[in-house]
Amino acid sequence: MAHLDRLSGNEAVAVAMRQIDPDVMGAFPITPSTEIPQYFAQYVADGKVHTELVTVESEHSSMSVCIGAAAAGGRAVSATSSAGLALMYELLYVAASSRLPIVLAVSTRALTGPININNDHSDAMGARDSGWIQIYAENNQEVYDNYVQAFPIAETAGVRLPVMICMDGFITSHAVENIEMLEDQQVKDFVGEYNPEHFLLNSKQPLAVGPYDVTNYYMEHKKQEAEAMKDAKQAILDVAKRFEEMSGRKYGFFEEYRMEDAEEALVLIGSTAGTAKAAVDELRAQGRKVGLVKVRVFRPFPAKELAQALSRCKAVAVMDKCEGFSACGGPLFAETRSALYDLENRPKAISIVYGLGGRDVSTTDIKKLYDRLENIAETGETGEIYTHMGVREA
Amino acid sequence: MNHQDMVEIRWHGRGGQGAKTACLLLADAAFSSGKYVQGFPEYGPERSGAPITAYNRISTQRCNIHSNIYEPDYVVVVDEGLIGCVDVTAGLKETGAIIINTAKSPDEVRPLLRGYQGRVCTIDANRISKEILGKVFPNTPMLAACVKVSQVVDPEKFKADMEESFRHKFATKPQVIAGNMKVLTQSMEEVQG
Repeated sequence: MAHLDRLSGNEAVAVAMRQIDPDVMGAFPITPSTEIPQYFAQYVADGKVHTELVTVESEHSSMSVCIGAAAAGGRAVSATSSAGLALMYELLYVAASSRLPIVLAVSTRALTGPININNDHSDAMGARDSGWIQIYAENNQEVYDNYVQAFPIAETAGVRLPVMICMDGFITSHAVENIEMLEDQQVKDFVGEYNPEHFLLNSKQPLAVGPYDVTNYYMEHKKQEAEAMKDAKQAILDVAKRFEEMSGRKYGFFEEYRMEDAEEALVLIGSTAGTAKAAVDELRAQGRKVGLVKVRVFRPFPAKELAQALSRCKAVAVMDKCEGFSACGGPLFAETRSALYDLENRPKAISIVYGLGGRDVSTTDIKKLYDRLENIAETGETGEIYTHMGVREA
Repeated sequence: MNHQDMVEIRWHGRGGQGAKTACLLLADAAFSSGKYVQGFPEYGPERSGAPITAYNRISTQRCNIHSNIYEPDYVVVVDEGLIGCVDVTAGLKETGAIIINTAKSPDEVRPLLRGYQGRVCTIDANRISKEILGKVFPNTPMLAACVKVSQVVDPEKFKADMEESFRHKFATKPQVIAGNMKVLTQSMEEVQG
């Protein structure tokens, strides 16, 4: 059935795309996501997919291509990073509010400026309020598995929202690691046929997509979109369950790592969670009660479930690979601390901004952070709540 | 957990020399011998000739760590001009080795290595490549030397796997396969130290 391979994150996404065989790809290159359309274009040229590959002059256009194709009733995909995602910004809202189940792969990268090609989450985090479902991966296996699950989630009746499948640029997108691939037919059967109820190419039922919405209706439509995002939670769990039955690999809103009796915990997103797991193992071997929660689904945000997972902790550090410029902590911190507010016995929480523009994080950095949490747990004093990790002071 | 049997390798080269490709080929070879692998580049500004670093982790268990490598078992220097401007022996374990592309002997380059006490290996990868392939492609000889010195994969199995991947890579120009195989064999024989 499944077979073992070694692929980079970008290659793994391109293979998943080939297995799904979408109708249309809007393609425009940008580092570090460029390899995705590059590999996929080869599949198109070799006749391995029937996809119409539309090469355009900007990301504004590649997302417009996706919107047109999805509105027409097709499955549409694209891939981007950083400034490319920023240039799609207007269209992201059009896609989500038009309830078009597009899937966008994002190899996350710092936003300009200063210009930098390396990884952080400021691009994807900037799009967090656009109405897209956002699912993040720790490694190549997860981004592949998440990609396979994306269309079934997006196309669930009652959800019909676009999905961003995010991986860490370079760290995941360009790192070759072992991976367990599904067979083509398994993926095709899992994703199934897409039969939208309403689509532009249905001549029996003419409709308009994306017209002006008057004040008298606009808010009702936004409320429906918000309800769809709430309903996406169940769809994500249902699809994950079906995926586990097929692959044996289990997914949820987040992964709890050695949290069973953890008193000090990290909450974080992406590849650094793997590095942090190694640090947790080392500290656990010394008898420390430490664990971590790796957030997989950031939109919709699993507030209640996350609060529950952290409810027995004494001290929590929420790590953002994104500045956010709120002057009081990163976006994951804001969401997490808000979620904790409803707990009767809340853990102390601090915000750590880390890894901007590719700044590396080692197990040593993580162990130092657990030492800080241990001190907070013992004294009940957080010290400064919002700090940056690994920064040289002037 | 940093597994006991994990081998960590750091590659130093210049953009365009193929250090990243060699790193990925080593990951391929180790994968083919049943190992868990990581092969990844670290990019700075994208320009030809700029110093680049690439990394391998090779183990019998999956490695979750996704940081750079700070205490490598082996360091491969594809361009000897980097010695002096890049701290190539930084963190290198004394029980490991550094493998340098140079016409010099190990004793001649050791004084340039900031007091590194471990094994120093050299190979004239540029000459081997020039003699056999007619052009300077130092990455294949350096990959072969790295395998010979580190034994991270069985050298004979490695050669068989590489022949297979050359057949795939050079499907449209099979005449270059024999040359590349000769480069591998000769590099394994010539590496000193």
